[in-house]
Amino acid sequence: MKQLMKGNEAIAEAAVRGGCRAFFGYPITPQNEIPEYMSFRMSEVGGVFLQAESEIAAINMVYGAAGSGARAMTSSSSPGISLKQEGISYICGADLPCVIVNMVRGGPGLGGILPAQSDYFQAVKGGGHGDYHMLVYGPSTVQEAVNIMYNAFDKADKYRLPVMLLGDGMLGQIMEAVELPEMKDINSFPKKKWATDGSGIGAERRVINSLFIDPDSLEKQNYNLFSKYELLKRDETQYEEYMIEDAEYILVAYGTVARVCRSAVDILRGRGIKAGLFRPITLFPYPTDRLFKIADKEELKFFISVELSMGQMIEDLKLAVNGKKKVNFFGKVGGNVMSPEDIVDNLISKIEEN
Amino acid sequence: MEILYKKSKMLTDTPLSYCPGCTHGIVHKLIAETLEEIGAEGNVIGIAPVGCSVFAYKFFNCDMQQVAHGRAPACATGIKRCNPDKIVFAYQGDGDIASIGTAEIIHAAARGENITVVFINNAIYGMTGGQMAPTTLPGQKTTTSPYGRIVGVNGNPIRLSEMIATLDGPCFVSRVSVTDPVNVRKAKKAIKKGFENQVNKKGFSLIEVLSNCPTNWHMSPVQSLDFVKNEMTKTFPLGVFKDC
Amino acid sequence: MARVAIENETCKGCGICISVCPVKIIKISNTKTNKAGYLIAEVIEDKCIGCCSCAIMCPDSAISIFKE
Repeated sequence: MKQLMKGNEAIAEAAVRGGCRAFFGYPITPQNEIPEYMSFRMSEVGGVFLQAESEIAAINMVYGAAGSGARAMTSSSSPGISLKQEGISYICGADLPCVIVNMVRGGPGLGGILPAQSDYFQAVKGGGHGDYHMLVYGPSTVQEAVNIMYNAFDKADKYRLPVMLLGDGMLGQIMEAVELPEMKDINSFPKKKWATDGSGIGAERRVINSLFIDPDSLEKQNYNLFSKYELLKRDETQYEEYMIEDAEYILVAYGTVARVCRSAVDILRGRGIKAGLFRPITLFPYPTDRLFKIADKEELKFFISVELSMGQMIEDLKLAVNGKKKVNFFGKVGGNVMSPEDIVDNLISKIEEN
Repeated sequence: MEILYKKSKMLTDTPLSYCPGCTHGIVHKLIAETLEEIGAEGNVIGIAPVGCSVFAYKFFNCDMQQVAHGRAPACATGIKRCNPDKIVFAYQGDGDIASIGTAEIIHAAARGENITVVFINNAIYGMTGGQMAPTTLPGQKTTTSPYGRIVGVNGNPIRLSEMIATLDGPCFVSRVSVTDPVNVRKAKKAIKKGFENQVNKKGFSLIEVLSNCPTNWHMSPVQSLDFVKNEMTKTFPLGVFKDC
Repeated sequence: MARVAIENETCKGCGICISVCPVKIIKISNTKTNKAGYLIAEVIEDKCIGCCSCAIMCPDSAISIFKE
């Protein structure tokens, strides 16, 4: 049965049903409904909720909880996610699974509280110090965010890395009808033999650690991490295509912006302009191979990367297209969101330029 | 043949990475002996900080987590909240707990987290080569206070235990030293109490141990113990600041 | 009769044991080094009283005390 839910609350409920039993967070707009929801929901399901003294503390609570085997998560928004980067780097370095929600708001600095996609680089390129990535999703509807969140802990546990759900203020605040999945049986999850649950002693003791003083060991750990990312590229890459088949112009957009682009494609098609939409669902791994292939289409004239930033995802798009076709950019920033007509006008002006 | 003293089995066989005469080793022993005496074997999660004791995860014979600089109390909170029946301890140095991690320790204490924190105060950043610490004594020379700590410029040392004791959350706060066998026995008693409080679910315990750094103080180990006894205790008096 | 046993390879020759021994039966060797290169502590007289002060103070847990 579908029910009307606010994005942030639906995501929180999906996390609970996906097995989350520990939440540590700190208030920041526009994601406050997540900790607020978790504050009662965790106690209902026998989990742990704690409002930390800072984002830094929250992510380190996640580190401790995840290291001891719990399905733990935190949520925040841009400035708060910046504060968490140290902890995220340690979590990646120590191969710990967890889930992080970033309801992105405009920046830099304190920026604003309205939707933005200006944390794309931070989310997909690492964010903190060292060579690492997370599995990053950019859902475009509340239902999709729910579906992703529901399985996010399974993915995190499988690869032993953080999964980030990269939303924006719009996704968090919008109310949509969603179908919530069944509660997962927390006793059915695979045992984590590596976790420091306290029972270790002698040869059996476990250590959660990201320190490798010996250069060969640290090099090995870096290679271990990147072998996981190869698996992600192979098995977890997700995207959606709309009217791509005969498209002469392809809009590339993720998250809520992709919804606006979809409407723009419909308007353009109505006017006889062969536009299509390519929507990456995983932002890391980026659907590079598929875009590389699409770029070969003879009828395709150019791409436009449509983003709520000054142009971040466009770099991955250009790497994927590898010079085969022109890649244009259309962006809005500061919390302003483009309308379908804005995109239509922009595309038509680009056709005229070419 | 009766054994009067031998190494605790809650320590691993890995040789300690500390300099000769560093009292980190004494405190490690006291924690290990305590864990053994309270029967916590196979029921403990320890946390290693950043600093000289970063390698503590190699030395304690229990599950260990190494955590970012200053964040041990937050990490311990995460572990303990998810594993309320396990013994969780954080081992922190002065830079870790009283500088970069002040927020974390104060809030863990204020919440009354049921954990035991052992704080090694040797008034210097040892691992990085002897820079000024939040607990460096007025006038004390370090590599970043080459003229001695000038209070008007570098600020005053922080008496963390006294600060923590003002909060309602903690149940036990004590400052001890390990300069001689008598003080080591007292330190052991305090550490044991800190762990027993946790077993009895009485809440947060902090045991500050005045410690030495012969290498960066440029003293012999024995001289450094005398310095702790005669100089450090003037700024950091030993005692129990909270016990309930 | 008590006996001090010092584990040579663990000893770092810091000398703290010497400073706390009430019967002054430990000294740092002038010649004996271990693999790490430390001049190590050695027991020079057989009159240990079993007070354990040296063992309690040894940072490296290199000392065991036995009573025979």
